[in-house]
Parts: sequence; structure tokens; C-alpha cells
Amino acid sequence: MTGKDEAELSRLLRAAIAGDERAYADFLHRIAALVRGFVRRKIVQGGVDPEDIVQETLLAIHVKRHTWRPDAPVLPWVYAIARFKLIDAFRRRGRRIEVEIDEIAETFAEPETETVSERDINRALDGLPPAQRSVVSSISVDGQSIGETAAKLGISETAVRVSLHRGLAAIAKRFGRTAT
Amino acid sequence: MRTEDLIKALDADARDKAMPLGKAWWLAVGVAVVIAGAVFFATIGPRPDIMPAMHTMRFMSKFVFTLVLAASAFALIRALSVPGASTSRAMAWMIAAPLLVVLAVVLELFVVPEADWGKRLIGSNMMICMSFIPLIGIGPLAIFLGMLRYGAPTRPVFAGAVAGLLAGGLAATFYAAHCFDDSPLFVATWYTIAIAFLTLLGALGGRFFVRW
Repeated sequence: MTGKDEAELSRLLRAAIAGDERAYADFLHRIAALVRGFVRRKIVQGGVDPEDIVQETLLAIHVKRHTWRPDAPVLPWVYAIARFKLIDAFRRRGRRIEVEIDEIAETFAEPETETVSERDINRALDGLPPAQRSVVSSISVDGQSIGETAAKLGISETAVRVSLHRGLAAIAKRFGRTAT
Repeated sequence: MRTEDLIKALDADARDKAMPLGKAWWLAVGVAVVIAGAVFFATIGPRPDIMPAMHTMRFMSKFVFTLVLAASAFALIRALSVPGASTSRAMAWMIAAPLLVVLAVVLELFVVPEADWGKRLIGSNMMICMSFIPLIGIGPLAIFLGMLRYGAPTRPVFAGAVAGLLAGGLAATFYAAHCFDDSPLFVATWYTIAIAFLTLLGALGGRFFVRW
């Protein structure tokens, strides 16, 4: 966490809020890396998949980005959200840690790459109404643009944007609750 | 879904704009004042002798307490609804209203003969006080809890309690214009109980309603 990081990230988020999508993608990638490092350092006894926290934090940052004051530092804001989501995850799964201890030991022996394990976010995605689910997975998993998604599903771009927005908000809300 | 894929979806949703939280808080307070005022004027309304009462220190002191409480709670709740924001200065200001009340109580005990203390404390309408402050404050409290949901409080229960203090300060400001009991002894007792009820309600709301 350096002053240069801070200045650059603030600049990117300000640009993103002003409507610059490339700045936003850049911001989210950098934040994902920072939060991943933070979460991996904090999770020592297991029970929680770091990447779930990374995703949950990114979603929270996205749906709560209007709470950031453009004149305030961005990193304390990001880490406060990450910490909140991490504590929340531990609290939710706290009771299961003992039960899953063998499984955790195995997970921990593996290298720290982003695994393709069953993610909390998939459960949240599966819980969406079909229209929202197809839009969100088209743009995320299939990597298609808003326009391509609209053409594929035979709906307007506005409808795609609305479904995407509602779908993401619903995923952010359900994240914690669908996890076991 | 990989994190990489999630970022694509978030990025595609970048254009969506929500009202900045700071601005939304001011709007929420405006709406809360209108609602509290509407309930107040539709039910009990100001006391008939409000104009002469405004020339007395005791009557006016009530507004100092309630407005200082509301202002300090507003500053604190705004800080609490932003992750990572510093709350220490706003926390320190929360002592102002209780301190003023304590000071006024001490002064009152000096000025008023001991035989009258009980009468001043009990007053004439403590039941109205304890029912109307929560009644006027419940609408504002709902709005402030809604605002906490719109924000991102990392301490939801505490933020909910502060929402109760803010609603209580606001409601008590209106109620003070109705109440005939102007003694700090009355205010320190019954206003506090009524506001504490809203604070408890707010903390419960924060626990069960403010999730993000």
C-alpha cells in the first residue's frame, strides 16, 4: 500500500464513476489483486475460500461505490469493505470450521492459483430469475458485450443493462445467504 | 464463475449511476423532518403559549439539547455509513448533548428549592412525552435505517443505534415545542427514556435490517 498506488487508484475510480469503463476494469483488476493478497494473509485457519471473499468484496465495492467520497482516500475504503466481508464470512461459516478440517488441510496443500471450484457466486447466480441469469452469465462467463448479448437473447440493450444491473445487485445481496 | 469473469460483468454495469451517499443523507434528513413535522402537527402540535415561552431560558434550552443531539448524531451516522471513514471526531462530539443536559440539571438543582425537585422531575405529561417522541421519531428512524442500507456501515448495530439517536433528537425537537415541562430535570429523565427506546429500536433494526 503506497502513496502512488493510492493516487493512481483514486484517479481510476474517479474516472470510472465519471463513466470511463476501461478505467473501471483497470481499477477492479488492481483491487482484486490487492484484496486477494490481503485476504490470503488474513485467512490462516481455513474454512473460507479466499477467492469467494475477493469476489464478494468486488461486488460490494461495485454496488456501494456511491459511498466513496471522491476527495477521500480509496484504499482505507477498499480494505474496510474487504475486512467487513471477511469477518462476515467467518461468522457465517464459523460453526463449520471444525467439521471441515480434513477438507481444509487438503485445500491448503494446493498452490495458490485461482481454482475452478464450486464458488459461492455460482450458487447466487443460479438463484437468479432466468432472464437475469442468462444476461449475467452471457456477459461474465461467455465474455460477450452488451450488444452481443442483446442480439443473442433477442432483447434490447436497455433491457440487457437493466437485467445485468438487477442481477448483480441480487447476487451481491444473496452472496452471504446462499453460502453454507 | 472466475473473478476475471465477474469483473467483466461489473465493468459492463459501470454506467449505472447512484446518488452519492453524502447528498442522499441530506435528502433523507429533509424528508425525515417533513414526516416528523407532519405527524407532530397532525397530532399534538405546539403548545398554545409558545410565543411567550420562547422568552424563557428553560423552554429554549430544550431545543439546544435536542438539536445538538441531532446534529452530532447526523455527523456520526454519515461517517459510520462509509467504510473506512474516520469516526473519532464525530464520536467525541456525541458527548456534547449529554454534557449540556448534565450541566443544566446541576444548574437547575442549584436554582430550584429541594422541595420542588420531585414536582419538576415528574412534570405534568411524562406519558405523552414517552409515547409521542417515539411516535414522531418512528418514521424518521425507518428512513435512516433505509439510508444505512443504501450506505455501507461496517458496524450495522452501532450505526442503527445512532440512527435511533438521530431520529430521537429530531422527534424530541418537535415534541419540545408541545411539552409544558421545561425543567432540565424532566428533560434529562423522560426525554432520555423516550430517545433510548428509539435507540434500542434502531440497534435492532441495524442488526436485522441493515445487511449488505
